[in-house]
Amino acid sequence: MDDEGAPPARREQPMLELHDVKVRYGNIRSLDGVSITVDQGELVALIGANGAGKTTTLRTISGLLRPWSGSITFEGTEIDRAPTDRIVALGISHCPEGRRIFGGLTVRENLVLGAVASPEHGSFRDDLELVVRLFPVLGERLGQAGGTLSGGEQQMLAIGRALMSRPRLLLLDEPSLGLAPLMVARIFETIAELKRQGRTILLVEQNVHHALDVADRAYVLETGHVALEGPAEELRQDPHVEQSYLGA
Amino acid sequence: MTTARRLAGPGVAIVALAVAFALLDASRQAFWQGLVINLAIFVILTVSLNLSSGFTGVFSLGHIGFMAIGAYAAAILTLPFREKALYLRDLPGWLAGVHLDQRAGPIPVGFLAATLIAATLAAAIAWLVGRVLMRLSGHFVALATLGFLVIVRVFLFNADSLTRGSRTFSNVTPYTNLWWVGVWALVVVYVAWRLKRSPYGRDMFAQRDDRLAAQAIGIRVLDPRLLAFVIGAFFAGVAGALYGHFITSFSPTVFYFDLTFRVITMLVIGGMGSVSGSVIGAALIITLSELLRRIEDATLLYGLSAIVLAGIFILIITFRRDGLFGQREVPIDRLFDPALWSRVRLPWGRRRRRAAASAGEPLPPGSGPDG
Amino acid sequence: MTQYVLQQIVNALSAGSLYALMAVGLAMVFGILRLINFAHGDLMMIAAYVAVFTLGAGLPLAAAIVVIVVGTVVVGLLMERIAYRPLRGAPDVALLLTSFAVGQILQNGVLLITRLAGLPVQIAFPSPELLSGVVTVGAFTVPKVNIVSFVAGVVLLGLLSFFVTRTTLGLSMRASAEDLVAARLMGINVNRVVAAAFAIGSALAAVAGLLFAIQAGQINPYIGLTPVLKAFVAAVIGGFGSIAGAVLGGYVLGLLEVLPTALPGIGDILPPGSVPPEVRLALQQWLPSSLASWRDAFVFIVLIVMLLVRPYGILGKPEREETL
Repeated sequence: MDDEGAPPARREQPMLELHDVKVRYGNIRSLDGVSITVDQGELVALIGANGAGKTTTLRTISGLLRPWSGSITFEGTEIDRAPTDRIVALGISHCPEGRRIFGGLTVRENLVLGAVASPEHGSFRDDLELVVRLFPVLGERLGQAGGTLSGGEQQMLAIGRALMSRPRLLLLDEPSLGLAPLMVARIFETIAELKRQGRTILLVEQNVHHALDVADRAYVLETGHVALEGPAEELRQDPHVEQSYLGA
Repeated sequence: MTTARRLAGPGVAIVALAVAFALLDASRQAFWQGLVINLAIFVILTVSLNLSSGFTGVFSLGHIGFMAIGAYAAAILTLPFREKALYLRDLPGWLAGVHLDQRAGPIPVGFLAATLIAATLAAAIAWLVGRVLMRLSGHFVALATLGFLVIVRVFLFNADSLTRGSRTFSNVTPYTNLWWVGVWALVVVYVAWRLKRSPYGRDMFAQRDDRLAAQAIGIRVLDPRLLAFVIGAFFAGVAGALYGHFITSFSPTVFYFDLTFRVITMLVIGGMGSVSGSVIGAALIITLSELLRRIEDATLLYGLSAIVLAGIFILIITFRRDGLFGQREVPIDRLFDPALWSRVRLPWGRRRRRAAASAGEPLPPGSGPDG
Repeated sequence: MTQYVLQQIVNALSAGSLYALMAVGLAMVFGILRLINFAHGDLMMIAAYVAVFTLGAGLPLAAAIVVIVVGTVVVGLLMERIAYRPLRGAPDVALLLTSFAVGQILQNGVLLITRLAGLPVQIAFPSPELLSGVVTVGAFTVPKVNIVSFVAGVVLLGLLSFFVTRTTLGLSMRASAEDLVAARLMGINVNRVVAAAFAIGSALAAVAGLLFAIQAGQINPYIGLTPVLKAFVAAVIGGFGSIAGAVLGGYVLGLLEVLPTALPGIGDILPPGSVPPEVRLALQQWLPSSLASWRDAFVFIVLIVMLLVRPYGILGKPEREETL
């Protein structure tokens, strides 16, 4: 609604903004000035070779690592110095690389833990239903120990667990890692579905095909800095990307 | 580079030390002598623990167990015949007749022999124990070696006939003096120093930083960790023998946690992996302990020194875990750097230079103004 | 003979309970932090001293127990906050050594205080009426405190088991012990979980300390040392980091401990005719009359064997490599 004489509408603030973030592992500069934005409702992909800094970026966002310099802002709040539990409480949910589900706990217990940080108490049943609808196989295995699930089922559990806290931003780290192609396709179908539901997702992925298929925008990371960025279709046709990442 | 020049640095240092010791000895100041002896023994303990654990990163909490073995073994060996008959009546036959209290002129060679035998015994046991335990790492090996410490203690308590069990083992001849501890301390520092710079030493430090990578690079015939462990135990045995003949009476309770923790504190303050750090760490803690003990005596606040030392330990480990020197050495080794001494014109070099100059030959290296 | 065997079994169960109570506290903290807290035994010692002062002051048993437990928990929480939290993420050995230092401070602190209060190093422990004396069942006498120890152990461990499986905090603790990084990503406040682990461990150590003091009859500032070493062995045997493992290990250790005392008597125990006389004679000759004093060494040999053969214990699983 524009009134005469009113100031022009500002472009909406990105939900997540990393500005010139640098992270050090001992003497190694894992991230050497990374700037990334994610708008609400977008699915942004981070692609790049092993060791380029993709996982480090996610870990820094969720507070497992602290940046040496630079800032990270989430919905207006600066989170680069915040502890992980506060970051999760603000609405960021990180589904880590390698799934890291609690193998000794049951599927149900894993999901309960996911809900621990949920902003609304008493919504557990609804959230559980949501996750089970998304991943019916989890519903069948609620009483089973997490360690007895197959790789694909564990990935589903990891994502489901991350969803239990009703996150405003979902960080997905290499969901296709170690999974058979069929399972990878299923997972990405689910990711696409989550995107259709309007969720905001930052996706780190080795599998560039799938990543660029499902993403709106993407960043290519190389040795700790952003080498390329742009809409997914553009990057898919970019010769450098084709050569280095879409080859095999 | 002539041998003379290479030895000049260490030579000067040793001569200086010897002079200092001689002065101290002659001064008849029992208190200061005692303090320096104590210091030297702890230097031996700390440097040997550094060797055993600091170099390799394999933490041994059983070090004092080897010290105990050294102390008891040496004391049993040197105890004169009469004392043995009186206090160690139940000794097995073959030991009862041994009394290494012989002298060769002023030098108690019996004591030297006893020290060497006791230390070798400690080293042998270390070899057996180490073969079994060195495959463990991290806190597992720390705990297993702790178990060794306890086992040694239980053994000492139970082997009445050898050790007098829980009763005090006394009447040990006070052989230990400034010269013995001085020489042994120099030996252990030298051994540690050379080992650190040798290929074995490099292996040890490599093991410490990344065990898998070190294993991938190459296997030595003698596992460096085991070697370090055994050598460290040998010198712990030496320290034990010296200590036993210094305090002249002891019991198994002496060689337990308190002593272990003290030495560890010295090691950590100096820096695990730094030989000179261990020396300085030992000196600092001994001095501090002495000071605190005075305060304790004055204020009757017994236990204060232990609390303060433990507090210091926690501070160091929290804020400066590498200690004062980390893996580096105090640059005293510059003193031993031959290049430094090449600029010094030794008196007998003059004739060579004159002869060379008149014959038109190029000057031998190190004898000209340009070095 | 039956009496002898039953006696040993009661001893084993009673000691086992105490070891289990101590070992559980160690295991909980180790599971989450990878910290081997050697000062845990000194918590037990402090409980014993608080007990002396409260019971000595005439406090009724129930009130005294509350004071003892609360006091010990406070010390445990302070320990965590001051000494261990700054070292979060430090290498294992550094944590272990620090726990030594903390133990030194506690031991000498108590020594100092008792000295200043004019008390001797070794103090007699005033056993409360309820817990002293023996119970006679037929021809069979058992010290009351042994029965209480066993029962207390079972009850408390049962409560703990309920807590750990049915409450959210308990679930958070289990998750943290399994994978601390993933637990953080769940939004779990690690500080709170660690504090809870220390608090519970300290409370259990307090009970163990009280019971141990009654059994021993006397206390001094160093009584915590041997129990913590043994509790540690128990935890390793059962599976370090696992609560169930610690409990199992505690009772196994209790059983192992009576073996050296029981074995020498085996020659007499075995009913006539069950073994050939030569074997019986051999047993009597070869086993020294008292292996009891070697008991501690035996326990540690078991520890070393376990560490070599199965370092993750009976119930444990091989440790995963932590990368962050």
